[in-house]
Amino acid sequence: MHRWLLPEAIEDVLPREAKKLEALRRSLLDAFRLRGYDLVIPPLLEYLDSLLIGSGSDLNLRTFKLVDQLSGRTLGIRADITPQVARMDAHLLNREGVTRLCYFGSVLHALPAGFTSTREPLQIGAEIYGHGGLEADLEIIRLLGESLALSGVQASRLDLGHVGVFKALADLGGIAGDLEQELLAVLQAKDVPGLKALVEDVAEPVYSALMALPGLYGGPEVLDRAQAVMPRDPRIQAALDDLRGLAAGLTGLPVSFDLADLRGYHYHSGIVFAAYCGQHPGAIALGGRYDEVGQAFGRGRPATGFSMDMREILRLLPVEKDAGAILAPLVGEGLDWAVAELRRAGEAVVPALPGHEGSWREAGCDRQLVKKDDLWVIVPLAE
Amino acid sequence: MGQPVNGITLALSKGRIFEETLPLLAAAGIVPVENPESSRKLIIGTNRADVRLVIVRASDTPTYVQYGAADLGIAGKDTLIEHGGAGLYQPLDLEIAKCRMCVAVPVGFDYAAAVKQGSRLRVATKYITTAREHFASKGVHVDLIKLYGSMELAPLVGLSDVIVDLVSSGGTLKANNLVEVEDIMPISSRLIVNQASLKMKRELLQPVIDAFAGAVKKD
Repeated sequence: MHRWLLPEAIEDVLPREAKKLEALRRSLLDAFRLRGYDLVIPPLLEYLDSLLIGSGSDLNLRTFKLVDQLSGRTLGIRADITPQVARMDAHLLNREGVTRLCYFGSVLHALPAGFTSTREPLQIGAEIYGHGGLEADLEIIRLLGESLALSGVQASRLDLGHVGVFKALADLGGIAGDLEQELLAVLQAKDVPGLKALVEDVAEPVYSALMALPGLYGGPEVLDRAQAVMPRDPRIQAALDDLRGLAAGLTGLPVSFDLADLRGYHYHSGIVFAAYCGQHPGAIALGGRYDEVGQAFGRGRPATGFSMDMREILRLLPVEKDAGAILAPLVGEGLDWAVAELRRAGEAVVPALPGHEGSWREAGCDRQLVKKDDLWVIVPLAE
Repeated sequence: MGQPVNGITLALSKGRIFEETLPLLAAAGIVPVENPESSRKLIIGTNRADVRLVIVRASDTPTYVQYGAADLGIAGKDTLIEHGGAGLYQPLDLEIAKCRMCVAVPVGFDYAAAVKQGSRLRVATKYITTAREHFASKGVHVDLIKLYGSMELAPLVGLSDVIVDLVSSGGTLKANNLVEVEDIMPISSRLIVNQASLKMKRELLQPVIDAFAGAVKKD
């Protein structure tokens, strides 16, 4: 029995990474605060029903469950924080106007979300409630871009989609139930042969529009191609106009489009987006609009937001050598004052507990505090 | 990832898939500089400096592409079903390496009766997911026995009642006194694409995908 062994896809964060992670967390939460996002801390577990509001079966499968011994009801450990924040906005805060919220915390996935994914992502995110206009989506996507930049990660693609296009097509074609589910799966995989087999009985113009969807990805020209093949429908027109509006407002960001990106289809209601970065085999940040989720908690509100996993971000960052600590003797005249001064200036000062043979470099020390001519001075660690 | 940001890596397996992919590669203006059958190299260059091939086991192709170790891959539908397809786009049926996924039994075995009575069938196969789904949709209880090759042997030595396997000519079945009793699905190879690669390297990948699509349609 290896008692040190952790469950699969669960990991520790060791000192060097933890230090970086915490610095990153602080700088992101500070950036959110300076933009008017109030921090909230939802609980680690809730009644399962509340956690799974408006989500598809994949979130259910991903949620760890246990029975509440006080109520006999099933509890879930959150696999996503966004529904919890939506619940707070809809039910507890009850603010009438625009509400900006942000959060940070662990979520647990019973099944890892992807291949190399951890089962305990450290989710950080920001949400805007109460504004249905494109301005909120623009603000959130820009904030995502700024957050990545602040983390030191260069987003090389910002992929935009809109679930409204497929929703309108499904409605026009009378597609629902199992067929809709199967279509979602093949469209997400851009599985054209599979799609063809499924839509054989769908009438024109919806047939051609569905068959065109997997190919509708790429630069801004995608929107013109979509305009040409999609049936005339106010919902589709509105979706394409939204995407054009975003593209116009997001100058300077590497924007691209994918109209078959239907991730979180049951949950999202409009614009969806994903950020990609050169070294990573999947999306590093995700988000979108989810206007109907609040309704389940008693108050439907326009909502849009993004989240990302700080562990993924951390893995993308280069390993840097950080500033070392200063070793100080345990006692000395005027020592307490000198140590306090150094700590006030942001230096880590490590008291040298007596009787240790090993190197203090192990504890991260590279300098030491010594008394010279009645003055406490810092010299390189002599060992 | 261990691959150039400005190049394309294509994963495929030796043998039939490699042979039948060559014309498609040619249509995209790509010619391998070596033949994996005679070379022992696992990474094979092409006439284009920015395109390389990696030679993997057929059942590993989806995994290489999913992890982004290859941008593109050529994988049989059989392998893709077993893999599950997570993280992959599957935009093209290349119509190569065609065969069928079948249920086969020893000559004289009354398959229809065995299935009708609801008896528990012992099924030997390499394709666990496919077999499980097939028999579940028929409402037949099965005990699945995972094998890695030579499935035809299993019913002959009493390891299983039936096998689920790929059949192209039927020669191997015949030689071992087995008959095909049920067609599960037609199989051919798909072009698979890593999802992030398609977003990040669209300008590089799209011409290759389009050339493949054009070459398939000509048949």
